[in-house]
Amino acid sequence: MNSSILVVVLASAVTYGTPLVYAALGELLAERSGVLNLGVEGMMLVGAVMGFWAVQHVPGSGPLALVVAVGVAALAGTVMALIHAFLVITLRASQIVSGLALTIFAGAGGLSAYLGNDLSLAGAPASHQFNAFLPSGLRTAPVVGPILFDQTALVYVSWVAVALAMFYLGRTRLGLNVRAVGESPAAADVMGINVTAYRYAHTLAGGALAGVGGAAFSLAITPQWVDGLTQGAGWIAIALVIFAFWRPGLVLLGAYFFGAFSGLPFTLQARGVTIAPELFQALPYVMTVLALVLVSSAGARRRLGAPSGLGVAYVREER
Amino acid sequence: MSFPLRIERRLRQPWWLSAAVPAGSLVVAFCVIALVLLATHHPVGHTFTRLLDSAFGSRRSLESTFVSGTPLAFTGLCAAVAFRMNLFNIGGEGQLYAGAVTGAGAALVLGGVPGPVSIAAMILAGAAGGALFALIPGLLRAFFSTNEIIVSLMLNYVAALVLDYLIFDSLSYWRDTSTPDARVFPQGKMLPAAATWPGLHVGLVVPLGFLVAIAIATIVHVLYARTRFGFEVRVIGDSPRAAAYAGMRTRRKILAVMALSGAIAGVGGASQDGDFRHVLDPKGLTQAGYGYTGIVIAALARYNPVAVCAIAFLLGGLQNAGYTLQGADFPSGLVGVMQGLILFCVLGAELLVRYRVRVDRPSHRPGPAAPVEADAS
Repeated sequence: MNSSILVVVLASAVTYGTPLVYAALGELLAERSGVLNLGVEGMMLVGAVMGFWAVQHVPGSGPLALVVAVGVAALAGTVMALIHAFLVITLRASQIVSGLALTIFAGAGGLSAYLGNDLSLAGAPASHQFNAFLPSGLRTAPVVGPILFDQTALVYVSWVAVALAMFYLGRTRLGLNVRAVGESPAAADVMGINVTAYRYAHTLAGGALAGVGGAAFSLAITPQWVDGLTQGAGWIAIALVIFAFWRPGLVLLGAYFFGAFSGLPFTLQARGVTIAPELFQALPYVMTVLALVLVSSAGARRRLGAPSGLGVAYVREER
Repeated sequence: MSFPLRIERRLRQPWWLSAAVPAGSLVVAFCVIALVLLATHHPVGHTFTRLLDSAFGSRRSLESTFVSGTPLAFTGLCAAVAFRMNLFNIGGEGQLYAGAVTGAGAALVLGGVPGPVSIAAMILAGAAGGALFALIPGLLRAFFSTNEIIVSLMLNYVAALVLDYLIFDSLSYWRDTSTPDARVFPQGKMLPAAATWPGLHVGLVVPLGFLVAIAIATIVHVLYARTRFGFEVRVIGDSPRAAAYAGMRTRRKILAVMALSGAIAGVGGASQDGDFRHVLDPKGLTQAGYGYTGIVIAALARYNPVAVCAIAFLLGGLQNAGYTLQGADFPSGLVGVMQGLILFCVLGAELLVRYRVRVDRPSHRPGPAAPVEADAS
């Protein structure tokens, strides 16, 4: 029963969806504060390469090394986000062009490739990787076992992160302030909220989460370093935020939906399906486009949930 | 806030600023690049000299720079044309592939017709292929207001997979299946000799594609600066609301500009077939990331089509040097890092054109904030 195709696909949806959960959650926080960051792909890749570097070099037991590696990945993502934050918040550059620049700077063929080369990381498998750790009785339980329990710690942490984000944005004063900053920075400023500080904090948090998302690739899904490892997951994460109407809970669902399509080529190949692999590999991208069309054309027109201040620099003198 | 720096909008922009600031930001960018090199223990001076040398140092390196710069001129124009209207087509990459497929198809179908006919057909077919592919995000944006950034980007991946499929995983029209050997090691059909684009020999060989790009840039410049169409595009770009009130048809402009943008990238794809590769070559086309560099070029040129060609040549030199030098003391990835840093610096310096930065002396610091004025928005 656990080898039935549906269970396998759902289990791989959770596995492949997890990096998307982190990255999209991070982008969601940044966008809720009004900063659009199109550099997710670049931040993920730098997180992936630095996390991988850390796990190869931190001495000590596996779990410890992995925790440190995730920390390093988050830090690397934060540093990348800082460039974007400085350019668009302090220097008021175009958020779209700056985000694209970040992806070119950090992404495949950029800093992540440079670091991977310079630290000679390619070719070796990770010395530690995230494995499923729950007792085997749970993991082999019918149906729910492979889907929910045969997963790594990163999956469970991502659930906690989503729950925290829901609570933070919906139930805390800080979270409500973030929403005010994203919806109407001028009004938030008048209320005494420091727009610049909020925007910086959430853009950086978004970078940290994107870094962790990248590390989910290099430390769990394909525990090695290859240039361009994430294969556009960062862009899917950005689409996911739109698709989820800027709601953390929906991000989780959406990530697993896209995760299912990302995992599908491997699942089908393993089962000896002989249709050209390119057709399956194109699925996540085509589904992203279809989902976006659906979301933008339905009653959701006029950007259901998009923060009104998204993408616009806030200049106090010009409000 | 008691921050000692204040940023004020400039009321007048001195004429020299718009030249001095980009130049200054380039200097800053190269300083930062030097720091990156130092931090990773690469000799700075040596790397820069070798870079310049292998990009512009000899006739041969200049010729290779033209080879690298040609596709970049097309993708740069593709981005500039669309970005000018705040239409962020980042699908230049995929549209170039589409043009390469249709351009190669036209050359193969026509076979041995005279050269000029074949070349014209390839340009037209490439333009059509790129335009049609760009119309997917264009139509979705115009009719469903779907985010064109993500759609055009996703289609880049799809186009790359289609290329792979045509050559590696199917018995398509583009694949060479004439010999048993070619069936085992998949490759594209060689294009007929008539489909080879002649270069212009002026001491060194300038590819026909680059000249086509300059011609297109000139046409686009006239179109955007001198016609009603271009005026409306610029108004829509600067203020969509004003355009709507003036009765401009935004939807049609989105379709037209997307098609134009894609067509330019598509001609770039045809030029890849005709100028350089003479075969539909998925690996070569997808490795270089022409589309993304095109965005950098468009931004550096401030969407000015003629400047795009010049900057494409310069960044082509960088890319060409990256290939030639690739190895221990010039790690791959450095080219992307340099492009990104240059773009960051130019973007950041834009502020200095529009605003002035003032240092507040403590004695001159204004007292408590002025009363809040009514919110204009």
